[in-house]
Amino acid sequence: MTIYLPIADMSVDVFLLLAMGAAVGFLSGLFGVGGGFLTTPLLMFIGIPPAVAVGTGVNQVVAASVSGVLAHMRQRNVDFKMGAVLTAGGLVGSVAGVGLFTWLRTIGQVDLMVTLSYVLFLGGIGAMMAWESGRTILRRRRGLAQRGKLHQHTWLHGLPFKTRFRRSRLYISALLPLAIGLVVGVLAAIMGVGGGFIMVPAMVYLLGMPTAIVIGTSLLQIVFVTAAVTFMQSVGNQTVDVVLALLLLAGAVVGAQLGSRAGTLLRGEQLRGLLALLVLAVCIKLGWDLVAIPRDLFSIGAVVLQ
Amino acid sequence: MPAVVVAAAVLAGAGAVGGLARAAGEALEIDLNARFIAVTASFTGATVDLYGATDGAGDVIVVVRGPAARITMRRKERVGGIWVNTDSVNFPAVPSFYHMAASRPPADIATTETLAASGVGIDRLPLAPSEAVPAAERAEWRAALVRAQQRARLFPQQIGKVEFRGIRLFTTRLVLPANVPTGKYEVDVLLLEKRHIIGHRQALLEVRKTGFEAGIYAFAHERPALYGLIAILLALVAGWMAGVAFRRI
Repeated sequence: MTIYLPIADMSVDVFLLLAMGAAVGFLSGLFGVGGGFLTTPLLMFIGIPPAVAVGTGVNQVVAASVSGVLAHMRQRNVDFKMGAVLTAGGLVGSVAGVGLFTWLRTIGQVDLMVTLSYVLFLGGIGAMMAWESGRTILRRRRGLAQRGKLHQHTWLHGLPFKTRFRRSRLYISALLPLAIGLVVGVLAAIMGVGGGFIMVPAMVYLLGMPTAIVIGTSLLQIVFVTAAVTFMQSVGNQTVDVVLALLLLAGAVVGAQLGSRAGTLLRGEQLRGLLALLVLAVCIKLGWDLVAIPRDLFSIGAVVLQ
Repeated sequence: MPAVVVAAAVLAGAGAVGGLARAAGEALEIDLNARFIAVTASFTGATVDLYGATDGAGDVIVVVRGPAARITMRRKERVGGIWVNTDSVNFPAVPSFYHMAASRPPADIATTETLAASGVGIDRLPLAPSEAVPAAERAEWRAALVRAQQRARLFPQQIGKVEFRGIRLFTTRLVLPANVPTGKYEVDVLLLEKRHIIGHRQALLEVRKTGFEAGIYAFAHERPALYGLIAILLALVAGWMAGVAFRRI
């Protein structure tokens, strides 16, 4: 059964979309990640124009994150002050990101930029995760206990605008979360992701936030920033396909439940190792498309009916 | 384009005066079994049957043109190991869809000049870029455009068959793929005898998005801010409801 997607302007099998949503949902439930960084490349693989894949991906992240943030709020695992600073940075970043996106679209380079950013980020993060989980698995085999330094003092702690974040039990420069939020905002706009895969490690390692509060607080930022990007992409580029987003979501909610149940059967570092392999596989596929000789050097850039 | 066809028809009319007993206007009648194609959510393409009658023996060529579009073609080059769009050329008036059908191979039933004058055949479409392109590259860009349209199934390579039922009745099936652009399509039917056009009829076919999907597309383009807000609201409500539903299970 095919359905015509009004914004993507193409007919796609409904069950393919539901299955894709379920697969990404399963993985996000299994690994505890948002899944935006898988949704957008998958949409591109089935032929959705990259601009629409990005605009729709970000809209789907809004839906995928809202129930999570509500759950974390009920458990009081959200630092609202930190969330507000991260969101402020995120909004500035997303305005810049959507501006960049629109400009690149007019000069015909948006596909390249989306693919390149995915290759760089997925490659970097996949490699880091593979290294980290591989090391942990090896250490466990050798029976070594690991213990890292709890706190390191770096130049980051010397920055101005020191602010107290009570819930996170931190007294750090507000510029740090602002900058993290900003980078994530740019990524949300140009990659169609929530950016949790960047923000969570940054909050844990750069800010030194307690892990329990990191997820809820990052989800708060993600909901606001992806909502803002959805709005800006709708206004600036008309690339948000609500029909596509809702179909993906329908599959994702079911998949996520199955995934989180399956997740209890595996150990943390095994999960991270598997996720790393998946991320690297997507990265290699996208990277290959960049370097392989295209089937046709010429392509249609834009069609405007008169 | 219609002007060219009319000119051809006038020429044909002159030919009629010179001995042929038929008047161009009455030599040919056509009709389509549908004048309007609705693109709905489940649209997977459409077929339209064209019927026609001539007042005597002759050959028929049918040309279907989609609404004109401005198409930007881009060319990739290898830059630092990766393929990047480096060049672009605009074609200001390309038929967004082009299909032809004939009762016999066109070259056998019309002179090259006749085919050229009425734009019959993809090779004879007047496709010219709007900017100055070196003559050597012109053909390359044009061929790339045709290739891209063929890949998208918008310039079907196969010439359709016009089949005669007896001497005077003919029919052909026009196939529109799922991705046909919306707008007004011109269906031109040429009647030829002794390699010249002796009759011409045109029918219009409209492809329009209808229903819910058309509404969404129009809404997204006409009220983008409101569309954005609704997209957010839908996502928030759907995400929240999904969360609530699964907490109960």
